[in-house]
Amino acid sequence: MFQRISTYLYLRPKLVLWLLLGPPMLYMFVVYLGSLFNLLIYSFYSLEPFSGTIVREFTLSTFARTLEPANLEIFTRTTLMAAAVTAVDALIAFPLAYYIARFASPRLKTWLIIGVTMPLWSSYLVRVYAWKLILAKEGILSWFINLLGLQGVLDWILSNESIGGSSLALSPLGMFIVFAYIWLPYMIIPIQTALERVPHSLVEASSDLGAKPLQTFGTVILPLAFPGVVAGSIFTFSLTLGDFIIPLSLGNSKLFVGQAVYSYQGTAGDIPLAAAMTMGPVVIMIVYLLIARRLGAFDAL
Amino acid sequence: MPSKAYSGQNASWGLKIAAFAGLLFLHMPILIIFLYTLTPDETTYTFPLPGITFKWFGITLQRVDFWRAVTLSLQVAAIATVAALILGTLAAAAVYRSKFFGREAVSFLLVLPIALPGIVTGIALRTAIGSFDIDFSFWTIIIGHATFCVVVVYNNVLARFRRMQGSLIEASMDLGANSFQTFRYVVFPNIATALLAGGMLAFALSFDEVIVTTFTAGQQTTLPIWIFSQLSRPRDRPVTNVAAMFVMLITFLPIFFAQRISASSSDTDGETK
Repeated sequence: MFQRISTYLYLRPKLVLWLLLGPPMLYMFVVYLGSLFNLLIYSFYSLEPFSGTIVREFTLSTFARTLEPANLEIFTRTTLMAAAVTAVDALIAFPLAYYIARFASPRLKTWLIIGVTMPLWSSYLVRVYAWKLILAKEGILSWFINLLGLQGVLDWILSNESIGGSSLALSPLGMFIVFAYIWLPYMIIPIQTALERVPHSLVEASSDLGAKPLQTFGTVILPLAFPGVVAGSIFTFSLTLGDFIIPLSLGNSKLFVGQAVYSYQGTAGDIPLAAAMTMGPVVIMIVYLLIARRLGAFDAL
Repeated sequence: MPSKAYSGQNASWGLKIAAFAGLLFLHMPILIIFLYTLTPDETTYTFPLPGITFKWFGITLQRVDFWRAVTLSLQVAAIATVAALILGTLAAAAVYRSKFFGREAVSFLLVLPIALPGIVTGIALRTAIGSFDIDFSFWTIIIGHATFCVVVVYNNVLARFRRMQGSLIEASMDLGANSFQTFRYVVFPNIATALLAGGMLAFALSFDEVIVTTFTAGQQTTLPIWIFSQLSRPRDRPVTNVAAMFVMLITFLPIFFAQRISASSSDTDGETK
């Protein structure tokens, strides 16, 4: 019996391919791509403002609403946050990636790489929660700042309207810290991969030719590692754009894109507007990816 | 084997400190949670802790809603993992054994659910499920989780297939084994640890997923959703601390072992998210 099925299948490689590929592709096409396509269609529908029902007719009016000042402000705020998070992550990630790639012994390196990738997989939510504890008004960071006698500085920063709030746990500044923390591993890994590809002989050649260590770093290592930074920035940027958990947990009334989408579809029941708003990050990301490709980031992924 | 970038030199103190500080920044917050499970303070997050108590562990373990959430999350993760193992292995086998039109697109399609922001996947699924008038249930959560778990298994198994020698399969067939026997005695033992690693990562991913779940769950509360509701409106702080530690441990162990398995079989490709 098995023998006969086996022979039958052996003679029909095309059939085997369909049997193997069929279930996963059916699932991904029907469930996943189908849903995405459906969402795209919804962004061309509109919401009848009085009855709150969805009008299933083609219109661009929902997209026009995403360009209203209030929504544009949300896009700008989110993009600025994403840019700031990306810049700071690159600064924190570089020394660690550099150390792993060039100085850590092979044994230590295995452990360091596990140490960097572990947080990627481990609970995102719990790590956000941890920062809630740290940033709380009576929490560990305030205690530490008090210890250093810098309470006045913190109060002054928090009184600044654009980044401050009632406490670090409820302010754009706190949100920024948490974003930078959560996406940091996504920045370290591509930079480390890019640095691994810089041959040591190239660095030696540079110093043989009389370059000082800093010169070698600036003219040889940094340019070659830059595509890695750009590759990492794709993740930090995209993930910040789409996140809604962190703004919901630490933010105030100044909305971010993910948060706005969440509330439009949830409490407001305005699925068309929510769908159109999600196209915002998608468009920003496409532009970003096109720039990143020109900078050679895809070779470093 | 040292990489070609490895210099064998000692790093400067400045670099060592910066690297160490980066690593500390990555791991310190998790330890803070463990610390806070011991606080006797019920209403705030006061530091230094006003004292030490172990009573919250007992209290959490007696909470019915906690256990219900844990059970639901374990069930969802188990079924999503099984679905991911089947679909991911099938896709990996297809891509490995034949060249066909659109082969590159398969990888792209599978990676899309974790490349696009989770909110896009979540709201897309919610809208689609809603348009078909399907009730949000246990199964809609699993449908959502399976979309992003498949790629983890796929990456692990495909990486293993690529390192497996094709001649092994040919030898088995030459010696008279049929396809099923070849799979059972040759292919399966070769990919078993990759399946284990991929499955554990998929399990961990599903167990603590919150973004897609908020959109695809109805009245069901998975453990991450339970914790999320505590994030914006904290009520049971001490219980949340213990629950957070619990999630951390349950996801930590499979991830740690998956990483070790992958490291020892040296296929570091494809494990990064």
